[in-house]
Amino acid sequence: MNIVVCVKYVPDAQADRTFNASDNTTDRVNVDGLLSELDEYAVEEALKIVEAGEGEVTVLTVGPDQASDAIKKALQMGADKGVHVNDEAIHGSDALATSLVLAEAIKKIGMPDLVVTGMASTDGTMGVVPIMLAERLGVPAVTFASELTVSGSGVSARRDGDAASLTVEAGLPALVSVTDQINEPRYPSFKGIMAAKKKPVENWTLADLGIDSGAVGLANAWTKVEAVAARPPRAVGTIVKDEGDGGAKLAGFLAERKFI
Amino acid sequence: MAEVLVLVDHVDGACRKTTSELLTIARRLGEPSAVFVGAGVDAAKETLAAFGAEKVYRADAAALTDYLVVPQAELLAHLVATVSPAAVLLASSAEGKEIAARLAVKIGSGLITDAVDVQSDGAGGVMTTQTAFAGGYTVKATVTHGVPVVAVKPNSAAPEAVSGAAADVAVDFTPSALASGARISAVKPRERTGRPELTEAAIVVSGGRGTGGDFSKVEAFADSLGAAVGASRAAVDAGWYPHTSQVGQTGKQVSPQLYVACGISGAIQHRAGMQTSKTIVAINKDEEAPIFELVDFGVVGDLFAVLPQATGEVTARKG
Ligand SMILES: Cc1cc2nc3c(=O)[nH]c(=O)nc-3n(C[C@H](O)[C@H](O)[C@H](O)COP(=O)(O)OP(=O)(O)OC[C@H]3O[C@@H](n4cnc5c(N)ncnc54)[C@H](O)[C@@H]3O)c2cc1C
Ligand SMILES: Nc1ncnc2c1ncn2[C@@H]1O[C@H](COP(=O)(O)O)[C@@H](O)[C@H]1O
Repeated sequence: MNIVVCVKYVPDAQADRTFNASDNTTDRVNVDGLLSELDEYAVEEALKIVEAGEGEVTVLTVGPDQASDAIKKALQMGADKGVHVNDEAIHGSDALATSLVLAEAIKKIGMPDLVVTGMASTDGTMGVVPIMLAERLGVPAVTFASELTVSGSGVSARRDGDAASLTVEAGLPALVSVTDQINEPRYPSFKGIMAAKKKPVENWTLADLGIDSGAVGLANAWTKVEAVAARPPRAVGTIVKDEGDGGAKLAGFLAERKFI
Repeated sequence: MAEVLVLVDHVDGACRKTTSELLTIARRLGEPSAVFVGAGVDAAKETLAAFGAEKVYRADAAALTDYLVVPQAELLAHLVATVSPAAVLLASSAEGKEIAARLAVKIGSGLITDAVDVQSDGAGGVMTTQTAFAGGYTVKATVTHGVPVVAVKPNSAAPEAVSGAAADVAVDFTPSALASGARISAVKPRERTGRPELTEAAIVVSGGRGTGGDFSKVEAFADSLGAAVGASRAAVDAGWYPHTSQVGQTGKQVSPQLYVACGISGAIQHRAGMQTSKTIVAINKDEEAPIFELVDFGVVGDLFAVLPQATGEVTARKG
């Protein structure tokens, strides 16, 4: 079974994340980045599937130079090869354009049996790239899988919805997005780190994919950020030490704020 | 005035609160038309009419409800093509966002998800507000291409009652073969707790690792306030509370009037799900816990002592 895993390079959530003042895009250059933690679950799941049978795991990222770190981490975990789509023109792309680039890259790699993605990226957290990608590839999407079974011909997943827990089934090829409930991602071993250095990584531009630069990028996004403002810091609150009356004081606060 | 399509968020005809919020927002942009998929439209009609729906497009067929997301997106695309609405509004739940995303690709439109406010931009379009980076930023955006598709978070508008005609329009629509790609083969409804829905609740009381697995004090306090109960991922991972109650980046994003964190340290991933709450209260043994950076009121103490006392006080005050 051949699998493509889409991984994203994101600013570290522990760092001070910010926007570029000039164009209101996420600053991915001046902030330390890493493989989106939620995509580690996708890499892990793909590796488990391939290890249980046979096949190859290709990791795919769309992003700036530093995004090669995300590929490197996935290769260290055990993926077989990487594809990095990197083009100035992609800067500032929205989910629609990102999904377009991913779809064309996957077609160029060769349609695999499964495309696996994270549930959402830790920076944008729109969580819509996977479903758009499936729409563009014309394959069924089994999203937010918290449990996954793969057979030769299809997938079956548990999806915990708001009102019910669903079992969703689809034939192959399919796209699956996985939640952080699905597995426990492995840490790269020393052997894995050494082996990753020899694994092939292809670097593609939009021209390699036959995508017109007018179809992507900030200027061609179908939504426009008009303004970005840091939320005013929260007013410093009152903190009391419980000296046997903490609960009563808390109730007093709630009454004062008219919650009771 | 152009129609504004609102996909009704419901369980067997019982409308979620978001539906009345979406209809209220729709009135700022045009004439609200509800789109109702599945069984139970008669039960829903009253609510839809009470919040200003002029039309109710309804479609009820197994081909629309037995498969994940795609048939609903196709139905909306069909309606967009026939009525040329000013905008399409959906609930920003996992499912709502997916329907929105499919729809946006199909009709070639810009998409906004997780909106916390939607206004008219004064030129026939929408001006949306979102929060970014765990609530640290506020972002205003417009849709510059196609019919705006906007997924709106719960509690983003105060529902305003206004009567609408709710004229019944049956939609005859058959989804494509592709729509049956992901089949829902089993449905296990969640157990009812009798408490409000987490994302809709005005008050949320959450417990974390500090509960040591005993949520009884958290639940009793929640019940005294009529609140929903949430949990941190640590509590969920330990199996103390169901995953559907998890608050945070990979759980539910809540924005209630009051959020009470009990025995929760306040990790960035937890904050991502509650930081936009209007008033924040925490109870934690450790005065250094990062959650205290966010609070309007904090108690440094043992939740097993503080919560029962607070519950007693609240109950007494409510008389
Ligand atoms: C990819 C990813 C996604 C994640 N998504 C989420 C998410 O959606 N939601 C989420 O919550 N977390 C999420 N996390 C986990 C997050 O990083 C934290 O590990 C988690 O929030 C910690 O939960 P906690 O605060 O309950 O536990 P801890 O951090 O262990 O804190 C427990 C707190 O309880 C206090 N305490 C202990 N006993 C008592 C007592 N008797 N009375 C009062 N206070 C007491 C302690 O002082 C401590 O501050 C995610 C992590 C990753 C990597
Ligand atoms: N630039 C990108 N490169 C590769 N994969 C991506 C990219 N953006 C999003 N994805 C994939 O789509 C998932 C959801 O992302 P998002 O819709 O941005 O929240 C991620 O977990 C990735 O698997």
